[in-house]
Amino acid sequence: MIKAILIFNNHGKPRLSKFYEHYTEDTEQQIIRETFHLVSKRDENVCNFLEGGLLIGGSENKLIYRHYATLYFVFCVDSSESELGILDLIQVFVETLDKCFENVCELDLIFHMDKVHNILAEMVMGGMVLETNMSEIITQAEAQTKMEKSEAGIAGAPARAVSAVKNMNLPEMPKNINIGDISIKVPNLPSFK
Amino acid sequence: MLGYDVSWAAFNIVEVMSSSKFTYKRIGYLAASQCFHEGTDVIMLTTNQIRKDLSSPNQYDTGVALTGLSCFVTPDLARDLANDIMTLMSHTKPYIRKKAVLIMYKVFLKYPESLRPAFPRLKEKLEDPDPGVQSAAVNVICELARRNPKNYLSLAPLFFKLMTSSTNNWVLIKIIKLFGALTPLEPRLGKKLIEPLTNLIHSTSAMSLLYECVNTVIAVLISLSSGMPNHSASIQLCVQKLRILIEDSDQNLKYLGLLAMSKILKTHPKSVQSHKDLILQCLDDKDESIRLRALDLLYGMVSKKNLMEIVKKLMLHVDKAEGTTYRDELLTKIIDICSQSNYQYITNFEWYISILVELTRLEGTRHGHLIASQMLDVAIRVKAIRGFAVAQMATLLDNAHLLTGNTQRNGICEVLYAAAWICGEFSEHLEDPMQTLEAMLRPKVATLPGHIQAVYVQNAAKLFATVLQKHEGETDSQVAQETSQLLIERLPLFVQSANLEVQERASCIIQLVKYIQKLQQKNVEVADEVTALFAGELNPVAPKAQKKVPIPEGLDLDAWINEPPSESESEDEKPKSKAVFAKEEPKHSRRHTEVDEKELARRREVRKQEQANNPFYIKASPSSQKVFDAPGVEHIPVVQIDLSVPLKVPGMPMSDQYVKLEEERRQKDKADKKKKDKKKKREKRGKGRKADSGPESEEDITPAQQVDIVTEEMPENALPSDDDDKDPNDPHKALDIDLDKPLADSEKLPVRTHRPEVLKSPAEDRENESIPQESKKKSSKEKKEKKKDKEKDRKRSKEEKKKKKKHKEVEEELMESQPEEAVQSEDTKEMAVPPTSAEEVTAPSSTAAVDTSSAAAAESEPDEPKDTEPEDTKSSKHKKKKQKKEKEEKEKKKKKRHHHHHHHRHHSDGGGEDSVQNGTVEDEEPLPPMSNYSLLAENSYIKMVYDIQGNHQDESKVVVSVIFENKSDSFLKSMEFNVLDSLNSKLQRPDGAGPHDGLTVPFQLPPGVSNEARFVFTVQSIVMPQKLKGTLTFIVKSEESSTHEKLDFKLHFTCTSYLITTPCYSDAYAKLLESGDLKGSSLRLEGVNMPFHHLLARICFHHHFSGALTSQRSL
Repeated sequence: MIKAILIFNNHGKPRLSKFYEHYTEDTEQQIIRETFHLVSKRDENVCNFLEGGLLIGGSENKLIYRHYATLYFVFCVDSSESELGILDLIQVFVETLDKCFENVCELDLIFHMDKVHNILAEMVMGGMVLETNMSEIITQAEAQTKMEKSEAGIAGAPARAVSAVKNMNLPEMPKNINIGDISIKVPNLPSFK
Repeated sequence: MLGYDVSWAAFNIVEVMSSSKFTYKRIGYLAASQCFHEGTDVIMLTTNQIRKDLSSPNQYDTGVALTGLSCFVTPDLARDLANDIMTLMSHTKPYIRKKAVLIMYKVFLKYPESLRPAFPRLKEKLEDPDPGVQSAAVNVICELARRNPKNYLSLAPLFFKLMTSSTNNWVLIKIIKLFGALTPLEPRLGKKLIEPLTNLIHSTSAMSLLYECVNTVIAVLISLSSGMPNHSASIQLCVQKLRILIEDSDQNLKYLGLLAMSKILKTHPKSVQSHKDLILQCLDDKDESIRLRALDLLYGMVSKKNLMEIVKKLMLHVDKAEGTTYRDELLTKIIDICSQSNYQYITNFEWYISILVELTRLEGTRHGHLIASQMLDVAIRVKAIRGFAVAQMATLLDNAHLLTGNTQRNGICEVLYAAAWICGEFSEHLEDPMQTLEAMLRPKVATLPGHIQAVYVQNAAKLFATVLQKHEGETDSQVAQETSQLLIERLPLFVQSANLEVQERASCIIQLVKYIQKLQQKNVEVADEVTALFAGELNPVAPKAQKKVPIPEGLDLDAWINEPPSESESEDEKPKSKAVFAKEEPKHSRRHTEVDEKELARRREVRKQEQANNPFYIKASPSSQKVFDAPGVEHIPVVQIDLSVPLKVPGMPMSDQYVKLEEERRQKDKADKKKKDKKKKREKRGKGRKADSGPESEEDITPAQQVDIVTEEMPENALPSDDDDKDPNDPHKALDIDLDKPLADSEKLPVRTHRPEVLKSPAEDRENESIPQESKKKSSKEKKEKKKDKEKDRKRSKEEKKKKKKHKEVEEELMESQPEEAVQSEDTKEMAVPPTSAEEVTAPSSTAAVDTSSAAAAESEPDEPKDTEPEDTKSSKHKKKKQKKEKEEKEKKKKKRHHHHHHHRHHSDGGGEDSVQNGTVEDEEPLPPMSNYSLLAENSYIKMVYDIQGNHQDESKVVVSVIFENKSDSFLKSMEFNVLDSLNSKLQRPDGAGPHDGLTVPFQLPPGVSNEARFVFTVQSIVMPQKLKGTLTFIVKSEESSTHEKLDFKLHFTCTSYLITTPCYSDAYAKLLESGDLKGSSLRLEGVNMPFHHLLARICFHHHFSGALTSQRSL
């Protein structure tokens, strides 16, 4: 079982966190922080495994991570997963992201968090590996994107999304959500080619 | 999300989830999967939405729902949706299939009852044509099997086939891992596996697969234990491959290689030991994880022979690794390695003590207490070493300022605790107790932590006693008096301590010393008495000793506390005698046999003498051979070592010299031995570190001192059982289910139905007794009687009138009395408020579905006779109050069954429901039977009984089931059922039908036959009781003629008929109680002559209350 998947950058800013067990927000933050501390001080050419131990669950858990440019991809897994297998999985994940975003970079992860999650959901489900075949993952992800497209019509989607968000009437919702981003980004999706 | 709280948006998320657009739905589910968890209250609102999405024609709707659900599935969701998901496992799209298969694992975890029913299908999926589905199934079964392997042994052949046929490395890895878990349970499997695994090892190019194969081979070999001639080849292969991994430049492989190596080590240490060079090399690796792994390996690789060498290496690393956590790790490892299996590998405890003392020089370590406890342990348990240990500790105390000088070194000052205690306790070994005493009373000590100071004070007193003892005989008592004076001067410092413990001890001791001083001045001999204060030996007690004290017979901890406890209680609990168990050391018993007779005799002599002197040898038995004897005093090395240690030099001893000394000693020993028995060919080795093979080489290393390790004490009658390490809270325990048993009917997954109709076997069917349909008159009579009773109970004022009426015009009366009843039912409802709320009465529009399984859940309250009934029958009833109120549940079922008997069309959806045949064994008096059907209308041709119930999944709808029974001898056909709609309630008619059109009853009735039809009503308001007028028209067709007939009726919807049950767990219930929303009111009823629980059961049954009433009732 995979217990958690974390992506954070070289400064420890989380870019994606997916916990397959429930933790309180405080614990989650602490886990991310400590994981970052553990991982960040390791040299480039040391092994990619860490005894996660106290962080999540018992001592049988391991942290398996890879470092790509500015991002750390960390998987916390228990003993039922093959260490090298998970390393491969991280590779597959990153390559898939790369294909889907065309040269993925940290910004892509920031601005298209949902997309990253959706891709991840095609690979890992509820802590178990669902699919390792990259082309299959991409096919499914793209099919869903296409569906969203067809659903929205040409330009309707962003507008409606914006109005839906605006009408949600969430008094406590943070005011600084940048809705402008959404309307700018979405029409530029690649299926118009 | 990303560590921020978004719980405030939970409801909005549910809204977005239910959007019809995939775009939004996906976002909704994503958000839900990120922030929903079991504690999220709105999760119960999602059940129907998820169910809808699961059955959506769009595979991606289903996909996102499954993905989302996998992250936030709760026991409720799992129970309610298990069946839907199971259906999806056979979906046509592999995309859905694989997701459905994977999510089953989560469902099993949350709802273990689903495992057995779902397992056959899961097994099927192992052979699914789609590799993704196959891999998912393997994944799930591996997860399951890992926790409870024995239940999955029967799948081994299937997996074996998969392993040899599959080419997907992921699947292979999982299967191979699974085999690793299975083989310990079935050695035959292991034998079969070796070959294909070896082939894989040879053939695969994927390192991950290779590694897992090696791992499993190791597991197999471990499980096979010994006896297989050819498995040394496999071991060799594994070790070889691992060596390749370790030598690889890829750090990951190196790490894993070491990891796997440590597994081999446990069973085949020799194969690993030949690679010691490699592992020591890894200690120098720059990667900490690898170093730690290598350390782990070293732990298993030490032997008597190489312990010193290895520890020396480690000490070097300790020096290098200044100020890192790695150094702490090293430190613990050194101690672990040395102390493992009761100091098995230590031949020279002086060396060990010096190592410990050297370790105290580490700065900033957190493991001071560990070193301290080792010092204490060794000093207490190895008697021979005490003299040396005390000397070392005295030096330590003398140099305490080195340890405490820096606040950062705080961790290490713990060793002073041990040092002080050892010096005090074994002060008879001290050469100069005066000096030590002085060291312990330095003002600087006051800066130490309280608990250490306390030990200082206490042991200062012990030392004082020793000093007195020593100097008592002398004519000149000046030394003793000086000592007293010293104490009196210095102790006030401790009396002022902020630490209570220190203060108290210091105060006591200072008074004591003052008193002694007085006596001394009078030249009274006090030494013996003072020494007596500290007499007696403290033996170590095994950590589990307390636990092992068996519960004495007759001691019942649950017994009433004020009753006198049984006698046996206190006496047996004390460990009686302080027997000294000698250390078990099987290896050495063999060594004894090699020693010649003379030697043996001499040793026996020595031992006897020793035992005679030792009061604790009461129990000495032949097995006292276990005592770790050394060749004897003449083997001078002991002396040599003692001399060589610069005890007097204030500084730390160097452990290194022991290594050299040890070498010499060993060689000498060897030489001696060689002389002794020339038959045994032993090569004299220049350096002991070269790999000696065989246990003999181990044995010829004799310990330097006479070492008797005092075993930890256990209570006399300790229980041998040792199963104290199982975690009772493991969620996987619930999944420990035997999967090979055939499925019992009761284990079917709960299926949603409108009404849980229960199918009965024909045999049971025959037992029918009081079936109204069969003997109408009888039953109607009964009904009337019951009705009377009921009325009596409820409304005495109307009683008489009604009775009369009842006898005459049953139908009419039924109709009329209904409104009154509605009122009544309101009353009764109020009376029963707490129970009602406990069940969280909800209207049919509630999304939380209740299905039969909730009844199953409710059944867990074993002595609640009625909690199953309302749900089992889950029906509405108006007239039942008048009708026979209570019929045994069974009979109800039978009755229902009876309807089915005539017409099976309606069974289709009732397939899986006997699940809830209630297993409750009622130990109270059985409830009278209750029926859920009540009379609607009746004439000479036809009789209609009906039942109303809320519809779980369709909002604002109720289903009215009407049973039509043909009472005539003619054939009834073309039945049309029509109801005059009211504003509030409308009969649902097919599209295109006018608002006044009737519904054709979809069957015809031959004479004497009954059948059931269902009609759906939409309801606007559920807080309003309703009466709907309706007509049934039908054609009576006899042989010669056919006539149109009609029958009017009034359908009565009471408010309670809208109720459906929904489970309410204790916390929610507690909240409800807290909230103050509950109201109570009471109504006095006269003339109730049935037991209260019957009454309650009736109320509940007829008003759709259910469940946790027991608690209420007992309140």
